[in-house]
Amino acid sequence: MHFPLSITLLLVAAALHALSGVPGLLLSRCTAAGQRIALALTCVASFLGLVGVALVFMQGTASATLPWYLIGSEPMLLTADGLNAFFLVPVLIVGALGAVYGLGYWPQGAHPGNGRGLRLFWGLVLAGIIILLLARHSVLFLMGWELMALSAFFLVCTEHHLPEVRRAGWVYLVATHTGTLALFALLALLYWVTGSFVLRPLAVDEAGLGTLFLLFVLALLGFGMKAGMMPLHFWLPAAHANAPSHVSALLSGVMLKVGLYGLIRFIGFLPEPPVSWGIVILVAGCIGGVLGIVFAIGQQDLKRLLAYSSVENIGIMLIGFGLAMIGRSQDRPVWIILGLAGCLLHIWNHALFKPLLFFCAGSVIHATGTRQLDSMGGVAARLPRTAIFFMIGAVAICGLPPLNGFVSELIIYLGLFHGVADAKASAWTVAALAAPVLAVIGTLALACFVNAYATVFLGQPRQPQASAGHEAAPSMLLAMSTLAGGCVLIGVLPWLAMPMINQAVQAWDTAVQLRPPVAVGTLLPLPAFMGMGLLLAVASLLMVSWLSRRIKGGNASHRITWSCGFSLPTVRMQYTATSFVQMLNGLSQGVLRTRMHRPRISGLFAEPSRFKTRQDEPVLDRYILPAFLSICAFFGRIRFLQRGLTHQYLLYVGVTVILLLGWTLPVETIFKRLFAR
Amino acid sequence: MNTWFNTLLVLVLALNLFALGTSRLVTMIKIVSLQGLLLGLMPLLIEDHLAVTSALASILAIFLKGMIIPSMLLRAIRDVHIKREIEPLIGLLPSMLLGALVTGFALLFASSLPLAEGDTPPLLVPASLATIFCGFILLTMRLKAITQVMGYLVLENGIYIFGLLLVEAMPLVVELGVLLDLFVAIFVVCIMVNHINKTFSSLDTRLLTSLKE
Repeated sequence: MHFPLSITLLLVAAALHALSGVPGLLLSRCTAAGQRIALALTCVASFLGLVGVALVFMQGTASATLPWYLIGSEPMLLTADGLNAFFLVPVLIVGALGAVYGLGYWPQGAHPGNGRGLRLFWGLVLAGIIILLLARHSVLFLMGWELMALSAFFLVCTEHHLPEVRRAGWVYLVATHTGTLALFALLALLYWVTGSFVLRPLAVDEAGLGTLFLLFVLALLGFGMKAGMMPLHFWLPAAHANAPSHVSALLSGVMLKVGLYGLIRFIGFLPEPPVSWGIVILVAGCIGGVLGIVFAIGQQDLKRLLAYSSVENIGIMLIGFGLAMIGRSQDRPVWIILGLAGCLLHIWNHALFKPLLFFCAGSVIHATGTRQLDSMGGVAARLPRTAIFFMIGAVAICGLPPLNGFVSELIIYLGLFHGVADAKASAWTVAALAAPVLAVIGTLALACFVNAYATVFLGQPRQPQASAGHEAAPSMLLAMSTLAGGCVLIGVLPWLAMPMINQAVQAWDTAVQLRPPVAVGTLLPLPAFMGMGLLLAVASLLMVSWLSRRIKGGNASHRITWSCGFSLPTVRMQYTATSFVQMLNGLSQGVLRTRMHRPRISGLFAEPSRFKTRQDEPVLDRYILPAFLSICAFFGRIRFLQRGLTHQYLLYVGVTVILLLGWTLPVETIFKRLFAR
Repeated sequence: MNTWFNTLLVLVLALNLFALGTSRLVTMIKIVSLQGLLLGLMPLLIEDHLAVTSALASILAIFLKGMIIPSMLLRAIRDVHIKREIEPLIGLLPSMLLGALVTGFALLFASSLPLAEGDTPPLLVPASLATIFCGFILLTMRLKAITQVMGYLVLENGIYIFGLLLVEAMPLVVELGVLLDLFVAIFVVCIMVNHINKTFSSLDTRLLTSLKE
């Protein structure tokens, strides 16, 4: 049996990740040694894993079989190709950086009760993801999947003494199990088609169109649930908001992408897709992108805002993937390459800037003690470095040059423009519609993050209790600066990522249409765009410095930000997040449906009164919970069958026995004997 | 031999109906103990040649079911000062009629069961089923903890009759094990009866639902 070095390294990395939390369990809950051991093991594991990934990129696809005959007579097949190696990079990097961040954010000394469990499940999530990414055997895939999904449940429930955390964890658990159920059906159907547990592309005549359609729907349901595709995203905001910040970073930066990996990989297995599939994915991406960012703007909780922004970014990735799918159906290699490349690069980028933003949010929440945007303010004065990192993340996530979000969105734009230009293809209208949608998403994202940055970091603290706090610990700053560096690096030197993207695109299981292989870089005028981006950035920086010098040079007086010209302003006169985005929220009330509790004001000298708004989760609170409540009410009606009375249960047993015995009676013969002559 | 055996079975069936029809607990205990005594005699009658082991099991069963368990139960009801089952779920006469009905059904069922060929006494399987059903009726229709024990004993007697089919195949250890289980169960329940009475000031088992989560 031959084991290539790359796979061996990745398996060792998975094992080290899985074991990283175990030494801590054996140590006292008061010592910090367990955390240091876990951190060291995680870093070593991630380093080994990255070496393995580099080997895959340099030497090409590697395969190995685990001599483990769990089911059937097939050994477990493991394959590392360009695509899963591409997904492994953010897993390993964010996994290690999150552990570094956790050293300052969730120190064992401050969290003796749950710190050890958090690190154990942190390692298990990473191990599960590595296994499922490598697996080419359905059972091994499902094992990795469940390891990831269940460990993530325990991570979400780290602070399980809080009721809202338990509720979020519960919703997550139900959602993830529903998704897994769809995956069981998907893999069983694949087994029925191929007659083997090995996961491989289907041949053209292997399955009928109906079966393929069913496989597509199941993959969309199972993986879309994990990826947070728009109507299936309902578990995501609460889970991200209630988990510790570095866990939110892991969930958003890594686990959502695993769902996308499943979608890309498994839909790639299905041959000759109808063009409608690509359109479905693209439209889902458009809807998710726009609604995601609309809901992000409507949030008053910093982490929920970031969570909805993840939904939006998943939407952008799905637009790219949908374009690639349409290209596959209509045999347009350029669409495939640009769509998939944009999708993949955005996955990397999102895995850089979203953990960065969650890390910054964690530091801010740590400092101010609240997640409510309307209580914060003036944090930049107390956490200047965190403010800079948040700014970098925000600029990147809005897709502004010269940072990395710009590059990936640009590639998707170019792909869509290729689609528009190619009027012979029947799906060009969809591409033509998607490009402006992408522009709308970008604009709204800008508004959203201007709002977030301004209310959190600028002005004065809006509540006195949120005015304390100090700069984040060095380990937290280290993790943030690494991610911010990654954002700048990919933004300024995007061609560094191009070889990896090329290999990932070529490894997608439909590469028949990509012969001879075309490099992504040849389709993009990258240097020109980067030069222009840098030029724009430098120009805007120059303008800012010129403006600030002019303001300082004049006889301007120092006032509180947003004092609105009052001579004696108070902090309560500042714009809040809600008031800042009031106009945008008003435009999208059709879907937002914010509940407002207005006070009734009467008389000349009105009593003190309060005004409250509440934003619900559209899918969970409007459809799923009412549906489940009515089901619950229905079953409540047959509750009398189970009252805890032993007599009653014994009666059930007796009646069942008598009925079963009665079934054996030869009723006909008895009747004949009684009534026949 | 068979006539004696059948007579005993008929007596057992009649005792079932008596047990269903009485409200006095002391009478009921005596009926159940008499039933156990008759059952203990059966293995001695069913075999052509008397083995030492089965005789031993028989004597042990008679001793346990006819003497020890009844004395334990009598002691238990003397301690908790109750004499009658006052509020059965269905009345005494209806439960007797129900008993007769299930006895009839048992006779019907027995003929349709796929039993191994052999010279089984014709009344054995119906008597066993009827006794089991009567045990069920006692268990489900009476509410006092002590009558539940009786129901359990009658149910066990029914199973014991069924076991007579295998009297040659069943090793002594199994029979002794079953008897020991029965003894321990009754022993524990007798202690529990006292505790239930102390805690709830009643032996009504419906009150136990308040222990539910």
